[in-house]
Amino acid sequence: MYTSKWIPIAGIVVIAAAALAACAVQPPAGKPPALGAAVSAEEVARWDISIPPSGAGLPKGSGTARLGLQVYEQKCLACHGAKGVGKPADVLVGGVGSLASKTPLRTVGSYWPYATTLFDYVRRAMPIANPLSLSDDEVYAVSAYVLFLNGIVGEDSQMNAQTLPQVKMPNRDGFVDMSRR
Amino acid sequence: MDNRFHNRNASWRSDLKESPVAKPRDMKNHNSDASPTTQPSQGRRVFLAQGAALVTGAASTGIAASANGQSLAGQPWERVYGAAFTGYGQPSRFELPVVRHLLRPYGDLAPGSGAALTPIESLEGIITPSSLHNIRNHSGTPDIDPKQHQLLLHGLVARPLTFSMESLWRYPMTTRTYFIECSGNSLRALLPKPVQIPAGAIHGNISCSEWTGVPLRMLLEETGLLPQAKWLLAEGADSAHMSRSIPVEKALDDALVALYQNGERLRPEQGYPVRLLLPGWEGNMSVKWLRRIKATDGPTHTKDETSKYTDPLPDGRALQFTFEMGVKSVITRPSSTMTLPRSGLYEISGIAWSGAGRIRRVEVSTDGGATWADAALTGEERSKCLVRFRLPWEWTGQAAVVQSRATDQKGQMQPPRKEWIAQYAPDNRFHNNSIVSWAVGADGSVKNVYV
Repeated sequence: MYTSKWIPIAGIVVIAAAALAACAVQPPAGKPPALGAAVSAEEVARWDISIPPSGAGLPKGSGTARLGLQVYEQKCLACHGAKGVGKPADVLVGGVGSLASKTPLRTVGSYWPYATTLFDYVRRAMPIANPLSLSDDEVYAVSAYVLFLNGIVGEDSQMNAQTLPQVKMPNRDGFVDMSRR
Repeated sequence: MDNRFHNRNASWRSDLKESPVAKPRDMKNHNSDASPTTQPSQGRRVFLAQGAALVTGAASTGIAASANGQSLAGQPWERVYGAAFTGYGQPSRFELPVVRHLLRPYGDLAPGSGAALTPIESLEGIITPSSLHNIRNHSGTPDIDPKQHQLLLHGLVARPLTFSMESLWRYPMTTRTYFIECSGNSLRALLPKPVQIPAGAIHGNISCSEWTGVPLRMLLEETGLLPQAKWLLAEGADSAHMSRSIPVEKALDDALVALYQNGERLRPEQGYPVRLLLPGWEGNMSVKWLRRIKATDGPTHTKDETSKYTDPLPDGRALQFTFEMGVKSVITRPSSTMTLPRSGLYEISGIAWSGAGRIRRVEVSTDGGATWADAALTGEERSKCLVRFRLPWEWTGQAAVVQSRATDQKGQMQPPRKEWIAQYAPDNRFHNNSIVSWAVGADGSVKNVYV
């Protein structure tokens, strides 16, 4: 009884208030506030660390497996084992030819389709306790070392912005792109 | 483990002792940190002192102490004044064993790498409490100052722009309820032998929250995508700088730049202060701690979309960019490590979801898949959201195998486990949406089994 008497009156008040508000405020329908701030190309370059297979965005600098061995032993070996055999962290070496077997071994050498991903990932995320700490030369060198351990490049092959995207990984054609299916 | 907890409600609770769970939080310490209002209240002391004075006064007026009052029903907590207010609420101390199940493949070497799975066996309804939401972290949870954090949109755009968190907060917001499932969910259901741990420790890399934020489309319109922009690279500000490539179509469809979860600002472990949300797709594509989106002409082929989150096939090839999460369901009650105390009527309850959209139907079997019955659904009107299903069940005391199978709006149905396994290489751990089976023994014990 109480509610049936009062709800219609309350409703009328609400509608009247809403009508008044609509007159007072004209909302800019569908128009976002456009608060993005312009940013310079130099500033973007400091943030842009992703490297696609084309190698676009790879920095200056270079390195070889011979130099990379030193970086690896200092910064990587504790987790990835001597010569990339793994444990406690991921195995980096071997497994080529194993992918169709009952015991596939998926490593940088046997599974990763692009060498650019190796540079990209080491630079953005490794060493795990201290990422963004390696110089570009160190990243090129340690990438060269991991590729060398997998028998993909020579011990003195220079890895740089031109050569790294040219490296043909053994499993380059091993993926079925499902993105447009 | 708190014995009272187990005695109180052993029938539908899992035995957490078998699970590699986190240590329950210390409620006492937590409360004393939370707010000055949790300090021992002087007000309460005053109140009690007044009570004592009243009793004394009554005695002095010659009224006999009432034997009647002492014999009235009332538990001890009904006879003392309750606790003071707290600034931030916590579950009952009796619920302290309800915590996430930790999966830490690198152990103490990288304690924040791996996953924390939702204890789905202890939860009901559709929404996952923020504190129990599943987590997949690659290099721990960063401690981000929102005043220093920026989101950069650049690449194949007309105007590269940065957005502060304060500016994002001023955009028109959208609120939606979506599940997030890690594509590595249910990997423990692929171990050679069925492992006897709670359902959440096996299938709990799934959660569902209400998310509020700015549609990504709105920010992309502000930067202006160039015609050759076909993909976006999304990158987090964690120390892994976890990154994934996303087709532009998804970004313009239902992608959200989320700022809020279940009404409050995102938890740090859910991407505070800002995360991407790609409804229905592999959980790690909803990049947390979002710092950069780059428009590109093709996928970047990051580490987490080549060496991981690809689905190996028996012939040595692998499926790449399998974004959508398949139709799936799990019975949460009864489930592994629980015990049914006696025969009689129970309610079978569980969760279902599909990355393709809405759940159309969930069927339940109690005879290992020989016959199926339709379960009642709650929340099935929502797309890419958890659905709760329920079915009454008279347990006769005989051995039984309970299963559920969901069908989504596209007519896709969960596959049997053997069928699913046969599609992939023996080491595939992604996109396991096969039917889950729990065996109820004649003794009432519930076990994880492979059917």
